[in-house]
Amino acid sequence: MTTSPEQQRDLYRHLLLTRLLEERMVSLYRQGKMTGGLFRCLGQEATAVGSAFALEEGDLLIPIIRDLGATLVRGARPVDILRQVMTKADAPARGRDGFLHFCLPEKGLYSAIAMLGTAVSVVAGMVLADRYLGKKTVGMTYLGEGGTSTGAFHEGINFASVQKLPIVVVLEFNRYSYSTPSEMQCGAATLADKAAGYGVASAIVDGNDVLAVVEAARRAVAWAREGNGPFLLECKTYRRKGHAEHDGQAYVDPEELAEWTRRDPIARFERHLDEGGVLDAAAREAVRAGIDAELDAAVAEAEASPAPIPDPEFRGVRADEEAVVKRREETFVGGLR
Amino acid sequence: MSGEATYLDAIRIALGEEMERDGRVILLGEDIGVYGGAFKATAGLLERFGPQRVIDTPVVEEAIVGAAIGASLRGLRPVVEMQFFDFAARAFDMITNFAAKHRYRTGLGVPIVIRGPSGAGVHAGPFHSQSPEGYFARTPGLAVVVPSTAADARGLLKAAIRDDDPVLFLEHKLLYRRAKEVLPEGDGVVPIGRAAVRRPGRDLTIVTYGAMVPLALDAAAELAKEGVEAEVIDLRTLLPMDEETVLESVKKTSKALLLHEDARTLGIGAEIAATLAEKAFEWLDAPVLRVTAPDTPIPFAPSLEAAYLPGLSTLLAAARRLAAY
Repeated sequence: MTTSPEQQRDLYRHLLLTRLLEERMVSLYRQGKMTGGLFRCLGQEATAVGSAFALEEGDLLIPIIRDLGATLVRGARPVDILRQVMTKADAPARGRDGFLHFCLPEKGLYSAIAMLGTAVSVVAGMVLADRYLGKKTVGMTYLGEGGTSTGAFHEGINFASVQKLPIVVVLEFNRYSYSTPSEMQCGAATLADKAAGYGVASAIVDGNDVLAVVEAARRAVAWAREGNGPFLLECKTYRRKGHAEHDGQAYVDPEELAEWTRRDPIARFERHLDEGGVLDAAAREAVRAGIDAELDAAVAEAEASPAPIPDPEFRGVRADEEAVVKRREETFVGGLR
Repeated sequence: MSGEATYLDAIRIALGEEMERDGRVILLGEDIGVYGGAFKATAGLLERFGPQRVIDTPVVEEAIVGAAIGASLRGLRPVVEMQFFDFAARAFDMITNFAAKHRYRTGLGVPIVIRGPSGAGVHAGPFHSQSPEGYFARTPGLAVVVPSTAADARGLLKAAIRDDDPVLFLEHKLLYRRAKEVLPEGDGVVPIGRAAVRRPGRDLTIVTYGAMVPLALDAAAELAKEGVEAEVIDLRTLLPMDEETVLESVKKTSKALLLHEDARTLGIGAEIAATLAEKAFEWLDAPVLRVTAPDTPIPFAPSLEAAYLPGLSTLLAAARRLAAY
């Protein structure tokens, strides 16, 4: 299945939106307006955007913290993300959690989970339920090298394989897990090698070539949807920033970083769009201007959103919590701290 | 006697009745289908409900709970069996970091039940005898249920399955075949979060749960011969705790004895003692006493295990000390 010019323009818009939204967040971070760290997608946009692009409406996705692009493809709005990072009252998580830790179930988007590997069995359970309910849903989730080291990954993929559940695990090989290089994270030659141990299918794709990612991901999604079980799709890419903005990445060889900067996935796709006559420089400039205007409005809207107000009863932990509300109130003898 | 159901029967009956009532209820666990469960709590359910609803899994406790959470987020009501509740440690992250926090973080509840055998007394050694309720009973977002009778096992399990949030349901393996009674007619649902007064008394209050309830009742019968009337409270749910029933009783008797099979340090007794110190100080006529297992792993040999578990003589000694105070 080829990617039509229309779809290529849509891909480009999402790639650029991911990058420009991140740039806005960097600015907010430096102004001290963000809560917590900023985990960048920079350099990995083609993997995040291209993989999610292969899903259909009704499918499910659990990102990891660096997959801003995947989240936007699933329909999260920039203003949602901006409110999340500024922990505003009207953010999807209402200030109780940040960044990509929120659910938009109507868009098939579920919260990133900080404990890596956990999402594999969770997304497996989601499609197990959907299969039982008669839906042909595919679930997609993400892991880097570090995530594939966890027991949760092994348990989850093994369970999904035994049950032949339709999940695609996108393995973002991005060279570093926090500061730990890939050779210190994984003894296998590739992450995809791990598939054999569980009897599941796999493929390796150039994660900085967005069209290659889309097409490989479509094959993986189709494989899963047809009832063949899980698929591990390894995307070779590179994390061009530290673990988060605070991390100066002193452990990275500058030449390696320079080389991967030259392989920038967006610049590469722009050359392709030029060559194919799909979207010329002037048209791309118009796309950028449109995104800039959208982000100006979104930033203003999110900044104007109120901070969450503490609830004296601290409600919302369980649906039925009358018995514990009283105990929580007693924590605050003399009123709210 | 015909008409009586054991605690284990009651669990199987509750699962069957809830699966009959609600097509969203599915079961996940190790050896629960063809084999019917290590203790036979799910015997016959695969035949009745099929492999789509009674799912045998690999040995992947973390993934079983993860899959249950995922399935619950898509509208099902999964019930997970931990073959031994000790193994819930393998799913600790899923339970405490993920399931317990999900509604608070995202607004979406996770209606799952994790059930299985806990407790000692059957010579099962350090890894198959623990009472891990304390690890979970201080995790906001969970409910922790510990039935002591067959009727409660059925009624509380049904309430747990109908609850919109995660419930840990710790059965006591010693009670599986020992506790039996005629189950109540009808639905028999027992609400989560309410203690039961198993024996009324005016002289002292024994607060306990699980397999320690029959021990407390034996002690109370013995004490009655000496003219001491002990009130026995079965907590039934540890989180949320039915503080009112405990306070009401202690305000009447002015003496409290806290009994549990879990280790002493930071056990449920510690929380109740703190609550009594805060809220019943002026009613107390004696120190609050705890009778618990010691702070050691659980030994295997029957003689060592018998010494480890709180026994009748220890309990009576503590109760007599309180009564005489």
